[in-house]
Amino acid sequence: MLDADFFRRWMTATAASVDREAERLTALDSPIGDADHGSNLQRGFTAVVAALEKEAPATPGAVLTLAGRQLISTVGGASGPLYGTLLRRTGKALGDADEVSAEQLAEAFRAGVDAVMTLGGAAPGDKTMIDALVPAVDALGDSFTAARTAAEEGAVATTPLQARKGRASYVGERSIGHQDPGATSSALLIAGLAEAAGE
Amino acid sequence: MLINVPETVVADALRGLAAAHPELTVDVENRVIVRRDAPVAGQVGLVSGGGSGHEPLHGGFVGPGMLSAACPGEVFTSPVPDQMLRAAAAVDSGAGVLFIVKNYTGDVLNFDMAAEMAEDEGIQVAKVLVNDDVAVTDSLYTAGRRGTGATLFVEKIAGAAAAEGMPLERVQAIARQVNESSRSFGIALSACSTPAKGSPTFDLPPGELELGIGIHGEPGRERRAMMTSGEIAEAAVEAVVEDLQPRNPVLVLVNGMGATPLLELYGFNAEVHRVLAQRGVPVARVLVGNYVTSLDMAGASLTLCQVDEELLRLYDAPVKTPGLRWGV
Repeated sequence: MLDADFFRRWMTATAASVDREAERLTALDSPIGDADHGSNLQRGFTAVVAALEKEAPATPGAVLTLAGRQLISTVGGASGPLYGTLLRRTGKALGDADEVSAEQLAEAFRAGVDAVMTLGGAAPGDKTMIDALVPAVDALGDSFTAARTAAEEGAVATTPLQARKGRASYVGERSIGHQDPGATSSALLIAGLAEAAGE
Repeated sequence: MLINVPETVVADALRGLAAAHPELTVDVENRVIVRRDAPVAGQVGLVSGGGSGHEPLHGGFVGPGMLSAACPGEVFTSPVPDQMLRAAAAVDSGAGVLFIVKNYTGDVLNFDMAAEMAEDEGIQVAKVLVNDDVAVTDSLYTAGRRGTGATLFVEKIAGAAAAEGMPLERVQAIARQVNESSRSFGIALSACSTPAKGSPTFDLPPGELELGIGIHGEPGRERRAMMTSGEIAEAAVEAVVEDLQPRNPVLVLVNGMGATPLLELYGFNAEVHRVLAQRGVPVARVLVGNYVTSLDMAGASLTLCQVDEELLRLYDAPVKTPGLRWGV
């Protein structure tokens, strides 16, 4: 079973990897975006870690809801509402249980990803974070490691796609050949999950 | 770059804005710029915002006759809903608040969230989306046309409507009419450098230009060998006029992207006028300068807005802001 501490570790591990990879995320965002994805997420997850320390939420649902709210309040851009909604909806779907099973997490995370698709209007293949998140959700039933691999492969698979949503869509065909920064950061989030599980 | 550290660029600029303009209330910590006499009794509040790096848009357009408040985000990053909610609460006189939103995914999502939160607090909110950039041709497979130069006309004209005491629905309808009557097209001669990255956001060699750029350092739709000011004017006017098909006189905005001297902008304006005259498009008013910029990008954008008598009267109405000022 997964307790609040597991979810805190998930957020802390994600914050650390966003820190490490911030420059790479920003570099990916330069040719097809506006060169700030790394710094924006860094600001957001730093705020998440600080808020979790300060408020010490007691349940898995409360950890994710608080984290989502922090992202919405600090990141801005499209990433703030999208990542914020992902974590908030997942947190809400987990309810107020003290512990949840991996299956419950997989189910709740699917609700979160669905909410992101509704909010952003993106579908798989549009070259967005969805291209990492949907394969991850599908693999989450197997193991966290399988989900991490699926997310990473999904992110890499955005490279030949032409963007249809978000700022990268404005460069048209010239978005082809670049890995999507949002899908890349989504893979970091999923990797954080595997890390929290010690996998 | 003339900065301290990238992390404080926006806060530093806000402190400077506050020092220069005591007629504005600048909340540096919460990143909200409000006209000092807000809320104005009986008037609709106008709130806009967006990523920083486009100055004087939007903070420089706060004041009587234009915006009631503005929310600056990080450089090229939409502000967060908390800022917009704070701004709405500060300017709502009970007559409601109009959110003026440039069509970018981030701006739209954050303003939507803020509108929901404001309505929860009993503030009546209406929205207008600005999407005037004709360079985005395929709106089915993109996030849709971007909001660029027309934002100035929407904020000016809707601001005058609010100052006349028009109700929220009417101010919103006028703002929509201005947007629907406007088209823009941008050209870059160089890329811009964000403070966070410190180097150009895309590679544009000297001797080449980008046609159809946005205002966030994103590349355009097409790259060509360098053209003359006259040739660029022909391309820009053609793109805008073919899409707008104006039947009324137009407001002309020849807007600098940040690093192009006024000398060149006025020369470009002369070429724009030559081409408009050839096409038989009558010009009502002209604005030349740096209004909707993209940091240190070199280049320009052209916005045309066709106006009827009412829109022209509202455009001519007094305005008193750091970035736009006449009739006072």
